[in-house]
Amino acid sequence: MRFHYFPTHLILVCAVWAGAASGFEIEDRQIFTADQERAVLKIISTADLDVFTPIVQAFQRENPGLSVDYTVVGTSDLMQAIYEEGEVFDLAISSAMDLQTKLANDGFAQTYFSPASAKLPEWAIWRDQLFGFTQEAAVLIVSESFFEESVIPSNRDELIATLRANPARFQGRIGTYDIRRSGFGYLIATQDSRNSEAYWRLMEVMGRLDAQLYCCSSDMIEDVASGRLALAYNVLGSYAASQLEATAGFRIVEMSDFTNVMLRTALIPVGAENVEEAQGMIDFLITLNERPELVGASGLPAIEPSTFQANTALRPIRFGPGLLVFLDQLKRRNFLRSWESSLVQE
Amino acid sequence: MKAHRSIRRRLFFQLAGVAALLSLAFFLVVRELAEQAAEASQDDILAASATSIADSLNSETDGITLDLPYSALSMLGTINEDRVFYRVAANDKTLTGYDDLPSPRNSPQLGTPVYTTYSYRGEVVRAVSVVRSIGPATDITEIVVTVAQTRSGFVAITQRITATATGIGLGFFLLATALSLLASNSALAPIARIADSVARRGPKELRAVVAETPTEIVPLVVALNSFMARLRASLLQTEDFIAEAAHRVRTPLATVRAQAEVTYRKLNKPEHKKAIREMIGAIDESSRSAGQMLDHAMVTFRADSLTRVDVDLNSLMAEVCDRLRPTADLKDITIRQFPAEAPVLIKGDRILIQAALQNILDNAIKYSFDDGEIAVKIEADTQIRLSVSDLGRGFGDIDLEQLTTRFVRGANVEGIVGSGLGLTIADEVATAHDGRLEIIQNPEGVGACVSIIFPRI
Repeated sequence: MRFHYFPTHLILVCAVWAGAASGFEIEDRQIFTADQERAVLKIISTADLDVFTPIVQAFQRENPGLSVDYTVVGTSDLMQAIYEEGEVFDLAISSAMDLQTKLANDGFAQTYFSPASAKLPEWAIWRDQLFGFTQEAAVLIVSESFFEESVIPSNRDELIATLRANPARFQGRIGTYDIRRSGFGYLIATQDSRNSEAYWRLMEVMGRLDAQLYCCSSDMIEDVASGRLALAYNVLGSYAASQLEATAGFRIVEMSDFTNVMLRTALIPVGAENVEEAQGMIDFLITLNERPELVGASGLPAIEPSTFQANTALRPIRFGPGLLVFLDQLKRRNFLRSWESSLVQE
Repeated sequence: MKAHRSIRRRLFFQLAGVAALLSLAFFLVVRELAEQAAEASQDDILAASATSIADSLNSETDGITLDLPYSALSMLGTINEDRVFYRVAANDKTLTGYDDLPSPRNSPQLGTPVYTTYSYRGEVVRAVSVVRSIGPATDITEIVVTVAQTRSGFVAITQRITATATGIGLGFFLLATALSLLASNSALAPIARIADSVARRGPKELRAVVAETPTEIVPLVVALNSFMARLRASLLQTEDFIAEAAHRVRTPLATVRAQAEVTYRKLNKPEHKKAIREMIGAIDESSRSAGQMLDHAMVTFRADSLTRVDVDLNSLMAEVCDRLRPTADLKDITIRQFPAEAPVLIKGDRILIQAALQNILDNAIKYSFDDGEIAVKIEADTQIRLSVSDLGRGFGDIDLEQLTTRFVRGANVEGIVGSGLGLTIADEVATAHDGRLEIIQNPEGVGACVSIIFPRI
């Protein structure tokens, strides 16, 4: 037997923008073409291209001849593409645990079992269909120009007290997700509301202070770092951490009363055409913790159960039918109504 | 007799069959109970979920609202990872949930959930529906809440219990089968023991069976014992009869012989003398046969309850030889004695051994030619051999084994009167003393060699 290693030359073709044929909106798309292409793995994902490129390339190095067609969409567009439009993808990767749960619950995911998936902690896998491969906390980020070390609030009650004490100082200077537009923001808000009554008080206070609403974590981080915002609540910790390396000027606070931890999940849709490669990718993703260089390059924190033993305030969001509750039309309508009445005070 | 159907096998198969039936019954009952229990627990949690949803329905000014409780669905995810579907409908119009989830065929009554099992989205689901009336008294709406869950958790539980029940049932069956084997063997052990003790008996042992006997086969053993008693009585009677007959014949024969002797002396004519001479010979032979019959009856009787005392074979040999010397002298036959150098003692019945040797020697004399020679020898090494060899006519071409059978004689006895009892007597005596009779052609060439071989004690 002869071993021969061909380094895979990845050819960056081009970014293809959304075609008019699809009803869901494509934010970005890239085809990582392999030499001597033998198969194409079609991935639909909510993770940005720059985050996932190192992972895709590493996977291609281990699987020569595999091209990867990577499409970036929003969480609800991903849902729409698979649930309603029946688009063919081999792998669906999303940060919206609730929508992924609904896909699996409603029969849109394939079952897969492997030695690697057997090693996942039970809170990171559901029905052998949903595989969590990152753990990302929703954090508070504060601008260093607004807070001195000693007065940075460490839990929600302290945050409320701080905001109440200095309304003039924070007026229009705080930010959070617009949960009407962001699936991640909605998921974290609903989990906050389950965990503590302090959430609604905080929303009331933030509403009075004319909180700025954002679609994305990166914009909030940018504004806090630049000093336009004093603080932003419920920002995706992984993005904040990687951006902190590039831009100084803010601090990341994991709330000590509780901090929700979202799992980025992958599933194989029932209509997948290249199931074998998709399964390979799932094994690759859930063993991300064995590849620290990729964790560093992508900024995606791999599943690490010891984190939760070290900090008991961290709570992984649990898979299960409970996640379907806030997707219920009536429930969602009620929740958004309450949220709007607290936060969007005209 | 034809062996037909072993009791042991029948017992074993019946016991094993019962065990198999019990195991199967156990398995079925456990599986049924397990399924019921698993279904009941799934039903309970579904009902709790549906009830909590129904409880969170409110009638407000802008219509009916529902604040779906988080626990209503999350509780279903606590025990397994089954898929969950729900639907809240008013007058079959979906308020929220899965639009295509079927309503129960029989609409549920207030307070009584309706359970159904059907296929939904490609999987079998268990569904529960509860009803709640809501709204002002003038405008009451009946709301049906249906919660459904797939059954893989239920199936997994029942499979696990079924596997356990199968294992236990199978183990029980195997154990019971092994025990059945032991039980049937042990139940039949007394029969085997009795059969063995009967089979091990010698050909003449007709004593009653006294071994411990299970009640069930007492009648069989009693019948066997009574059969043997009759057989024994009948045999003894026959021997008695023969002895009695021989005795009764011998006494008149002696009288007739004496008369013939007297007559012989009175007669002068040689042809008359010759006739009387032949008559006397025939009388002698008859008397000898009668004697042998008596001997045989005596041997049979004495061998049955053998007395064992020290018997000196050297002196016994000399005695027997002396007793038969006159007969030998008639034919001018020399009897040579070769006693052992040291005295040879065996435990036995002197009279029987005497009778045996006497019969053998008598035979040797009878079948020897005139002027012949007979050697009587005692050799003692690992065993004790008492042998009589002659230079007579031998036995001819006959199976030597058969000679010890009653009334069987050699193949070349023409012209010599004999009963065929002599060697039978010798053989019986040898057997009674745990020895055997050896009959061979004389190794010196002509004649026969008959030996009684006793074991050395």
